[in-house]
Amino acid sequence: MAPLLEAKGIAKYFGAITALHDVNFHVDHGEVLGVVGDNGAGKSTLMKILSGLFVPSEGELVFDGLPVKFSSPKDARKLGIEMVYQDFALAGNMPIYENIYLGREPGRKFGPLTVVDHSKSRQMAADHLDRLHIHVKSVDQNTEDLSGGQRQAVAIARATAFQARLVIMDEPTAALAIKEVGKVLDLIKGLREHGVAVIIISHRMDDIFYCCDRVMALYQGTNFAESPLAETNRNEVIGWIMGHKGNTDSLAHDRLS
Amino acid sequence: MSPRLAKFLEHYGIVLVVIAMMLVLAAIRPEIFLTAQNLTNILKQNASLALLALGMFVVIVTAGIDLSVGSIMGLSMVSLAIASKAGVPWPLVLLIGPAIGIAVGWVNGIGLTVLRLPHPFIMTLGTLNVARGLTFLISNGAPVSGLQPEVRYVGQAYYDLGFLAPPAGIPASLILVAICAVGLWFFLERTDMGRHIFAIGGNPQAARVSGINVDRTLVVVYIISGFFAGLSGLLLAGRTDSGFPNAGIGIELDAIAAVIIGGASFFGGRGNVLGVLAGVLIMGILRNGLNINNVSAFWQQILIGLVIIVAVYIDVLRRRAAVRT
Repeated sequence: MAPLLEAKGIAKYFGAITALHDVNFHVDHGEVLGVVGDNGAGKSTLMKILSGLFVPSEGELVFDGLPVKFSSPKDARKLGIEMVYQDFALAGNMPIYENIYLGREPGRKFGPLTVVDHSKSRQMAADHLDRLHIHVKSVDQNTEDLSGGQRQAVAIARATAFQARLVIMDEPTAALAIKEVGKVLDLIKGLREHGVAVIIISHRMDDIFYCCDRVMALYQGTNFAESPLAETNRNEVIGWIMGHKGNTDSLAHDRLS
Repeated sequence: MSPRLAKFLEHYGIVLVVIAMMLVLAAIRPEIFLTAQNLTNILKQNASLALLALGMFVVIVTAGIDLSVGSIMGLSMVSLAIASKAGVPWPLVLLIGPAIGIAVGWVNGIGLTVLRLPHPFIMTLGTLNVARGLTFLISNGAPVSGLQPEVRYVGQAYYDLGFLAPPAGIPASLILVAICAVGLWFFLERTDMGRHIFAIGGNPQAARVSGINVDRTLVVVYIISGFFAGLSGLLLAGRTDSGFPNAGIGIELDAIAAVIIGGASFFGGRGNVLGVLAGVLIMGILRNGLNINNVSAFWQQILIGLVIIVAVYIDVLRRRAAVRT
């Protein structure tokens, strides 16, 4: 079976600056791929290309065997590629259910306007949260009244509300209290059981080693190394981030030799 | 306090303030305040401010501001007065105010989203001056009076319901305000675009990544504000039987005050239509109460200023309490 998403020779230039060059990688159906890299390695730029925010300068994306071109995040969303942002990108002044269906409200269309069916939207949100085993007091709570972990859960629920096939998560645990990290990571594992592929960008080795199937490192704008999780270890991956291959325990960054 | 009561007070507490003010005035000056004529007057005098405030509310929900509404009102009023005097058929004259409002609102929206001027304050400060200048230009600075009766109707007519003695009654302008308020409530609460306006006020980035066309929505927001300002020009022209080039100077600040007193947040995303109407009434009843107690207009201004500060301070306290729990 062809991979769900494949990137071939992706490059991105901003004027004279090369943010990415010759990036090649793939994500399989229902796979959780961890993407690591130092600041400036090109992680965010690559994710923005996958989610349709940036158009690549060179190279092509192949989704489900077909070449695709995204001119806006809307195009990516139509194919089921969703993005979860580091700061959650929720409207704090609005209830959970409205955030989940923001921009895609259920209701009846009258010309350019949709008359929103609030009770249907509430019900759909409650059912969807149930499916993901996310517990909230009420879908009517404003998201500003939620904890960081609950907000992240709502952001994930929004990303998966409409048959998502690939969810890209930017630092999903960076803004969370430690006690909430586990819940969110379990939620990510749960997505895989629903057949959703996930790309996680993270600085935290714990996150990567807890829930990924495979890990890939970016170094200076290109894919540097990758491996199934079972065949590597933290120190090797940390070495990749810094541009070394074949790191062993003796070379680990946190040991004094 | 139970959360239910807190939520009720948050949404409707402001209406209780209006009722309390009315009870106080009814107790102090029942023979004047409670007359049908006085109540009719309050409604009529504040109808155009109510329309301006409704439009301003939509803008403030997006964390914006529209300084041009007073000038739109003046330009609409004078333009339709000139057209009415020139013998333009009255159905067309009725459309002039709203059309001018829509046009200026569109320009405001374009300035904000296409020219990317840094803050709506700048763009609408510009159109405030341009529209006011146009108003003086087309009128030569002189009032234009003598409008067709059909044009005056909505600003001037009232229904005595068979038992109220003229000039008391339900003003036609009140009915227009009620229709606009219900329409705006439905738009903001029940349509996708209305919800998107609140989302933009809460977190523009969230709106953008949810696929909402933020720029297009903002243009519509300023068009709505302009439309209501144009309509308020029609009301004021009808009530005063004239087009007065100085009309509405500074009234944008009253509209902002009414919206803020009514509980909308200056930082966007919060407030409701009922609160805005209550804010208008609080200002209107305060002025009326001071008038019928022979308090000078200078004191009125001082008091309104204090009310704005206190109203927002109460909001600050409430929010602080909410954060603590």
